[in-house]
Amino acid sequence: MDKFTAHTGVGVPLRRSNVDTDQIIPAHWLKKVTRDGFEDGLFEAWRKDPDFILNKSPYDKATVLVAGPDFGTGSSREHAVWALQNYGFKVVLSSRFADIFRGNSGKAGLLAAQVDDKVIQRLWDYLEANPGATVTVDLESRTVKAGVGDSAGPSPDGEGAIEDSFTIDDYTRWRLLEGLDDIGITLGHEDDIAAYESQRPSFKPATL
Amino acid sequence: MGRTLAEKVWDDHVVRSHAGEPDLLFIDLHLIHEVTSPQAFDGLRLAGRAVRRPDLTLATEDHNIPTTDLDKPIADLVSRTQVETLRRNAEEFGVRLHPMGDIDQGIVHVVGPQLGLTQPGMTIVCGDSHTATHGAFGSIAFGIGTSEVEHVLATQTLSQAKPKMMAVEVTGELPEGSTAKDLILALIAQETTGGGQGYIVEYRGEAIRKLSMEARMTICNMSIEWGAKAGLIAPDQTTYDYLSGRPSAPTGAEWDAAVAYWDTLASDDDAVFDKVVTLDASKVTPFVTWGTNPGQGVPLSASVPDPNSFDDPIERESASKALTYMGLTAGTPMRDIKVDTVFIGSCTNGRIEDLRVAAKLIEGRKVADETRILVVPGSVRVRLQAEEEGLDVIFKDAGAEWRGAGCSMCLGMNPDQLTPGERSASTSNRNFEGRQGKGGRTHLVSPDVAVATGVLGHLASPADLPELADA
Repeated sequence: MDKFTAHTGVGVPLRRSNVDTDQIIPAHWLKKVTRDGFEDGLFEAWRKDPDFILNKSPYDKATVLVAGPDFGTGSSREHAVWALQNYGFKVVLSSRFADIFRGNSGKAGLLAAQVDDKVIQRLWDYLEANPGATVTVDLESRTVKAGVGDSAGPSPDGEGAIEDSFTIDDYTRWRLLEGLDDIGITLGHEDDIAAYESQRPSFKPATL
Repeated sequence: MGRTLAEKVWDDHVVRSHAGEPDLLFIDLHLIHEVTSPQAFDGLRLAGRAVRRPDLTLATEDHNIPTTDLDKPIADLVSRTQVETLRRNAEEFGVRLHPMGDIDQGIVHVVGPQLGLTQPGMTIVCGDSHTATHGAFGSIAFGIGTSEVEHVLATQTLSQAKPKMMAVEVTGELPEGSTAKDLILALIAQETTGGGQGYIVEYRGEAIRKLSMEARMTICNMSIEWGAKAGLIAPDQTTYDYLSGRPSAPTGAEWDAAVAYWDTLASDDDAVFDKVVTLDASKVTPFVTWGTNPGQGVPLSASVPDPNSFDDPIERESASKALTYMGLTAGTPMRDIKVDTVFIGSCTNGRIEDLRVAAKLIEGRKVADETRILVVPGSVRVRLQAEEEGLDVIFKDAGAEWRGAGCSMCLGMNPDQLTPGERSASTSNRNFEGRQGKGGRTHLVSPDVAVATGVLGHLASPADLPELADA
């Protein structure tokens, strides 16, 4: 996994709550056996509507998705994370992520940063008023910024600049910053696993 | 200080605990299916890793497979490739697989309990969000993504931050005519889709204790629909009676040792929950969804809500979008909504008890002219049991379709799909946009409501059915 320290990119406001993983990537895409090639399936039903925000330039080049609450609910499909990444997204901001989606993001290297609902509202307003404006997300300092020293915005460093902190658990942050392989870390604790296995009760079921 | 049931199970599976890191948990059972596993096996191959504990791993084919023409190869080539990929991976890595045509094939969450592999006090994971179903036995069971599937395959462990603990106190008793499905739909509507986020929830109280194992599975199955990490119910005699004699259940002295341990699996009286919510079961009536997430539900006796009745602007917007998608007008009585297709099945309601209830209700009646009913058993063994009891004949005589086992129209990965604008009453777990087919409109219901709806052609409960003339 690549290291993630900070990212600046075009932000897109997705003014919807409860965006479930069936919307992010519909089930018929799940028949693929690879991790790539999901970009055309991202938000497939909504993208059939020419007015959908990702069909509009410059939002179609966005790499930071600013989403409503309860993003990524429903199915455990990691394909939802891959679809966002395949499309080009590096960061998703929301005031509340579904557990499994957040976990999958951390494993696959997509930054799921939780920010206050008010920050989402301000980002939505800012990004709608300033199409193509960028959002900077710094994992090191856990901050999100928009309209601060941003030449794309109408009032760089001026009024309405958004700067706030985001929440991510320490462990996921560390793994993303270092670009670590989870399985490699766990296999470093082989002795602990073997010790646990040796004392498991014999009544536990086995499949073979 | 006392511990909750979930804390006890958690503590018993900690391989390694270190400040500032999530706990490393041992996984007792890893269930696998064709959709979320291929990339995980690929990862193992690339790294030259083996499956650490094939003896704690079980695979089945369920999401993709057709429910008709079972003697023929899968017509959809992409689906066929995925199923064949699972077969190759199972063979290469030494994992037991129950493929199409095998007597133990079925939906992964029906197969585990049926084989007796799901037991109290275990940790169970699967690359499927409805894994909490197994919590009905007093286990911590939850859905994981494909990267985690690979992690469990390679290490038989998973790093997990300990969730908070919630108790759902279900007081009173379910009235006649109300089911476990109505109860969980009512709870989700009360708590909303994000209400359980960050928690393992324990369902407790008089109403829960009186439920059968299969009804308890229906409840735990839908824990994810209100955002919970997992949902579980303390084991008791009902659990033991269900387990005893199943192929993978312990026997003799091992059974006694297991029961001695299982008897300790209840929350202590002085255990502290981070949150407690209550639901009065005696007030639960048949419940149906009107919108596009499982929290958008009302009693069947109510009407489609007015989006303006929601105080929260985001909820208002969400309700308004849902009504447009569902083709519904605020104020319409739920009972006036006509339904094209009824789906009875899924890991929520595709077990033998569900089919018995449905068959009993439909016996002597006919499916409405412009409606179809699909009955899809959760597993081959459920199908065979139903056929032994003659339930298939009852369904077919009534004009319903009797199918092979699988996930089927719950998510429409196989040919069982809704067409755009088609409306279903479904005993499954998700009413998301397009879930059962592009443009399809889903109302989540219990098996009882499903049958009454299929017979009358509009959303209805068994109480709405005309009395049968005495035979």
